[in-house]
Amino acid sequence: MAVLVDITKCIGCEGCTVACKRYNQLNFKAKPRNVKDGRVELDDNRWTVIQEFQGKDKDKLRFVKKQCLHCLEPACASACFSKAIQKDKKTGAVVYYPDLCVGCRYCLVACPYSIPKYQWEEQFPQVSKCQMCSERQTNGDAPVCVAACTTGALTSGTREELLKKAHEIIDSDPRYVKHIYGEHEVGGAEWLYISDVPFEELGFKTVSDTPVTDYTKSYLSKVPGFAAAWALFLTGLAVYNHRVEKNRKANDEDEQGKEE
Amino acid sequence: MRIYKCFRILGWDFTITPTRFVLTGFVFLMVATVLLRLLTGFQYVTNLTDETPWGLWIAFDVMCGVALAGGGYSTALLVSMFRYKQYGIVARGALLTSLLGYILVMAGLFLDIGQWFNFWRPFVSWGYTSVLFEVFWCISIYTTILSVEFFEIITERVLVKKLHKYVVKILPVLIVIGLVFPVLHQSSLGGLFLIMKEKMFPLWWSEFLPVYFLLSSFFIGSAMVAVETSLAKTAYGHEIPHDIMLSLTKVGARIMVVYLVMKLYDIITLDQWSYVFQGTLQSNMYCIEMLFGIIIPILIIFSPLGKKKWGLLTYAWLTVLGVILNRLNCVFTSMYESGAYFPGIGEFIVSIGLISMGVLIYCFLVENFNILGNERAVQIKIDKDKDIKNLIWSLLRTKRH
Repeated sequence: MAVLVDITKCIGCEGCTVACKRYNQLNFKAKPRNVKDGRVELDDNRWTVIQEFQGKDKDKLRFVKKQCLHCLEPACASACFSKAIQKDKKTGAVVYYPDLCVGCRYCLVACPYSIPKYQWEEQFPQVSKCQMCSERQTNGDAPVCVAACTTGALTSGTREELLKKAHEIIDSDPRYVKHIYGEHEVGGAEWLYISDVPFEELGFKTVSDTPVTDYTKSYLSKVPGFAAAWALFLTGLAVYNHRVEKNRKANDEDEQGKEE
Repeated sequence: MRIYKCFRILGWDFTITPTRFVLTGFVFLMVATVLLRLLTGFQYVTNLTDETPWGLWIAFDVMCGVALAGGGYSTALLVSMFRYKQYGIVARGALLTSLLGYILVMAGLFLDIGQWFNFWRPFVSWGYTSVLFEVFWCISIYTTILSVEFFEIITERVLVKKLHKYVVKILPVLIVIGLVFPVLHQSSLGGLFLIMKEKMFPLWWSEFLPVYFLLSSFFIGSAMVAVETSLAKTAYGHEIPHDIMLSLTKVGARIMVVYLVMKLYDIITLDQWSYVFQGTLQSNMYCIEMLFGIIIPILIIFSPLGKKKWGLLTYAWLTVLGVILNRLNCVFTSMYESGAYFPGIGEFIVSIGLISMGVLIYCFLVENFNILGNERAVQIKIDKDKDIKNLIWSLLRTKRH
């Protein structure tokens, strides 16, 4: 399931963030840990936040909902060496399984958007990020933030449907920026954004369309062949060295025999 | 000449020197900090945040530790595979440094993972799409192999009859396997950074990162052996002929030239000259790293300066520090906002404590087993006001069978 965010429709009521905290049983009292440029960022008790932007000329007030984008080629899931983050094939949600987590924080470093956060104050900390309410989705419900949205800024559906709808909106309405954030970004995401203010003015990171997982994939695909070739080469060399030694010993003995 | 007090407990030699007292103190401090860390999590010990999730333990203890331990495999490759027999006298020392390096790396990694009781998960839950998975497996296997290889030296003194001949028999196989895994994971340590394309400063990110890490681990290997033997010389009076050290480091230096050429190729094809001379913190750090870590060492070693002892030592130290700077840059300078992270006291205490522990174990092992130049070492100190009575007394105490 995918979600389309129409930034022009968001009024910043924070209904979605409250619903998220309630549904996921996050701590309401926790103070924001990460504040950047006066805006509250995600942390272990804030899986989604609303951030306020005023555009380049400070004349347009816009609210941007920030959470995990649930990439089609998730870097975090690909980076996890114990499969503690997996992309659910049915729902498309990128889900975290704490039982499998070792706590190496490679996912935090790997995510191009720096979405996963860590429970730094816990004794045995876990990673925390939006799970896209995967349990609700398996029951056929929309994520809780979408259900809580009163203005229609968030709509859920299949990715193809939403992409079609988004294209219709931005093509028919000249006020919109002719770009759907999340359509191609690092290989595309389940969360799509459309806006009338350029995305870079709204704190969206400009990234390339190539999934970052491509680089590791192409590297890892070369490793077995290289390892086999290197091992064969070394074995051959070892056998050769062994024979040289053996021959030298035999020669030495022969020479000694002749001298005697 | 003065020989430090040496105690013999159950047949093992324990030398006591003032330095070792201090180092033991560091180890105890570390143990306390480690307990605090394991029981309370990260908040009191580290300065890590969501913005800077990897700190000193990963960047220095793990990244640099593994690189510095490259001496073991590079020397083994030259001695056992390419039959540079004359380097054989440094092989055992290099092997020991590598083994200790890897054990400390594993210790550092263990402390750095949040749910440490889960450290075995990747053995059963295979995240094979991750480069870290490869690193994890390779480091685990390689440390095991290094331990068995080192066991050959141990069994020369302990369990001689029972085990030594078997260990010697499987050694050739171990050496081959023990050359496959370090090459794999040295390169995959660079491969770890491939996925951070969108985050790293362009000067450090390249599709050749795995090759860079492999090459640099090779040339830091021989440089580290040079540094280590010079330290062993001051402590134990064990000297290795200069021409052997020079030709060994020159092998590394040739690899360094390849590294430099590849880096230049990267900058030219990706047209990154504007980044190099940008004047920002990142570009300055890059220039320092390349100038002092690569270009100056190459100039030193291939000029007449390399023939002098201090020239070789300068080369070795610059190379070692240059690679350390490179690893720190890859994590900190290229990914974090400047000033966003500075290691906490706890992180320093643990890193220093781990290194101190390594030094203490190294000293104990070289004094009890045939490692440096295939004989047991005795720590000596040149002392001008030598007291003959004391000297004889201490010699008697350290007398060996």
